[in-house]
Amino acid sequence: MDSTIQLQASGIVKRFGSETVLDGIDLQVHRGEVLVVLGPSGCGKSTLLRCLNGLERVDSGQIALDGEQITADGAHMARMRQKIGMVFQSYDLFPHKTILDNITLAPIKVQHRPRREAEQEAEELLHRVGLWEKRDAYPRQLSGGQKQRAAIVRALCMHPEIMLFDEVTAALDPEMVREVLDVMLELAQQGLTMIIVTHEMQFARAIADRIVFLDGGRIIEESAPEQFFTAPQTPRAKEFLGTFTFTKRSTEQNSVII
Amino acid sequence: MQDLGISLLFKGSNMARLFGGLWVTVQISLIAVLLSIPLGILFGLFMTLKHPAARLVSRVYLDFIRIMPQLVLLFLVYFGVTRTFGVNLSAWTSAILVFTLWGTAEMGDLVRGALISIPRHQYDSAEALGLTRLQTYTYIIIPQTLRRLLPLAINLTTRMIKTTSLVVLIGIVEVLKVGQQIIDANRFDYPTAALWIYGVVFFLYFFACWPISLVSKRLEKRWR
Amino acid sequence: MDFAFISQYAPLYVQAAALTARIAFWGIVFSLLLGAACSFVQYYRIPVLRRVAAVYIELSRNTPLLVQLFFLYFGLPKLGIRISAEGCAVLGLTFLGGSYMAEALRSGLESVEKNQIESAQSLGFGRLQALRHVILPQAVATSVPALCANVIFLIKETSVVSAIALADLMYVAKDLIGLYYKTDEALLMLVVAYLVLLLPISLLATFLERRLRYAGFGN
Repeated sequence: MDSTIQLQASGIVKRFGSETVLDGIDLQVHRGEVLVVLGPSGCGKSTLLRCLNGLERVDSGQIALDGEQITADGAHMARMRQKIGMVFQSYDLFPHKTILDNITLAPIKVQHRPRREAEQEAEELLHRVGLWEKRDAYPRQLSGGQKQRAAIVRALCMHPEIMLFDEVTAALDPEMVREVLDVMLELAQQGLTMIIVTHEMQFARAIADRIVFLDGGRIIEESAPEQFFTAPQTPRAKEFLGTFTFTKRSTEQNSVII
Repeated sequence: MQDLGISLLFKGSNMARLFGGLWVTVQISLIAVLLSIPLGILFGLFMTLKHPAARLVSRVYLDFIRIMPQLVLLFLVYFGVTRTFGVNLSAWTSAILVFTLWGTAEMGDLVRGALISIPRHQYDSAEALGLTRLQTYTYIIIPQTLRRLLPLAINLTTRMIKTTSLVVLIGIVEVLKVGQQIIDANRFDYPTAALWIYGVVFFLYFFACWPISLVSKRLEKRWR
Repeated sequence: MDFAFISQYAPLYVQAAALTARIAFWGIVFSLLLGAACSFVQYYRIPVLRRVAAVYIELSRNTPLLVQLFFLYFGLPKLGIRISAEGCAVLGLTFLGGSYMAEALRSGLESVEKNQIESAQSLGFGRLQALRHVILPQAVATSVPALCANVIFLIKETSVVSAIALADLMYVAKDLIGLYYKTDEALLMLVVAYLVLLLPISLLATFLERRLRYAGFGN
């Protein structure tokens, strides 16, 4: 990670009808940094990512990538989106394309790269995530974990400057979560700038350079992972972390109550 | 003369005659639909049988009725049955017969579709709750089937009304024929009559079918 | 059954079937174009045009082809618009079929999940590129069964064009019945002719539908 600011969001406000989902978010992400966004469901984490990628129009505020403003819609947006990779919870591979075609479609059609070069890179990437032998399969023939790894490769092949991950393991069976998280850890080690929304606390702790805790559409707490998980500063963050630990109620306690 | 055509509609009992003509087709459709519903339910249940002979019979019946234009069916019954079996069927009876046969096939297929669309686990969970077979059908399966069926059955009625317009081609005096008679009778006084009369017939059909389509669409949306 | 009669008049049916096929072919082609236009206008919610499309679809779906043809063939000339009988048949079939094709294509377009579009957007696809590479291939695959059903429906509907003096299959059959009282033979050839026209298409439709339903992409 170096000190250059790669993504800067300031004063982001997003409303759905009368509900304010994001209420003035200021965020800076440095080159090579891994930022993990945590928070209870409905706190606006996913909306934040969608705003950063222009899938939702912000009501006010500004977003800049490498100092260049991201403005709403049009050809400019399409160009900026090539620099921002995004991976969704539901994979959203194109069901009518093979895995290889899924990955090379955008490089060929959007970036007008030669097919051979795109395919070569796609195959290399597939190798790295252990999916090379699935290159001619269709999405429905893959397991959830395999689909999600393919979706990550699809975003990577566009050479994005920053990657957004929106709860990418939330729809997976527990035994498949690991294979996806491993791929993400590897990307982080290679110095890719990443913003990750997740519910996997241990993973967040392991991968994050910085944790941002969101609640009610605002950033409540922002700190290094060790500090956040061992000594959260706000009561709400404490409460949130508390929901992830279970303690067995003893029968003795119950009998006292009765 | 151009702009006088429309006044023909209000001359004498012309409008009432057109409505009378429309009623003939609507009447045929309604009778055919009313007959098709019970017969179609029986046919639909018959189609869910596993017996190979039952499957073959229902398949052949459904496919033949479906693949033949309704006008061909009308010709077969009106011209063919009369000769082959020596029964003299009036055009009206032939029409009722054909549209009931057609309606039964379509309705049967809808019933079958609705029945098989109820997922297996609906039966399972009813059983798991301890409901008897009869209770399962009365409280779980039939209400769900009806919900799927009713909008489609209503939609079948509009198809029936539109299709019964064909009966004019086997000589039944309905709205198009009445229109033709009015046009012919006023050929010299109202040369543009055809435009107005057929325009009105077009909208008569539209206003007969449209409300029914709307009801069907609304129900389908609400019950989905 | 008079087989000599059948072999004598079979060529008439062949000719008539060719007319039926020609009308159906052009009617279906233009229906598809009209239907595609309407479905796009509705899918992308283009103002004004989508209302026009909606009104047209309701008018077309709630009136019989026979009445549409009478209006086109007997009514329009009074406005000075004269179209040949065959032209009227194709036009009528297009007016009728356009709405059916539009509904089939629109439900296909709407079946493509919003996620698919977003995921294309996030890869930098523009609107048209996303339509061409991501939305359309999926939408058309979903629409195929309904489109096939419409094709069969429209071929069957051509049977009413005899009412505007076109010598199609129905017309020939009625002629033979009226002229020679060879009812059985005339009707038999009529049924056979329609089976020959429709059975292959119906089988093809069943085949396509089964393939798409059970296999989908990638099996």
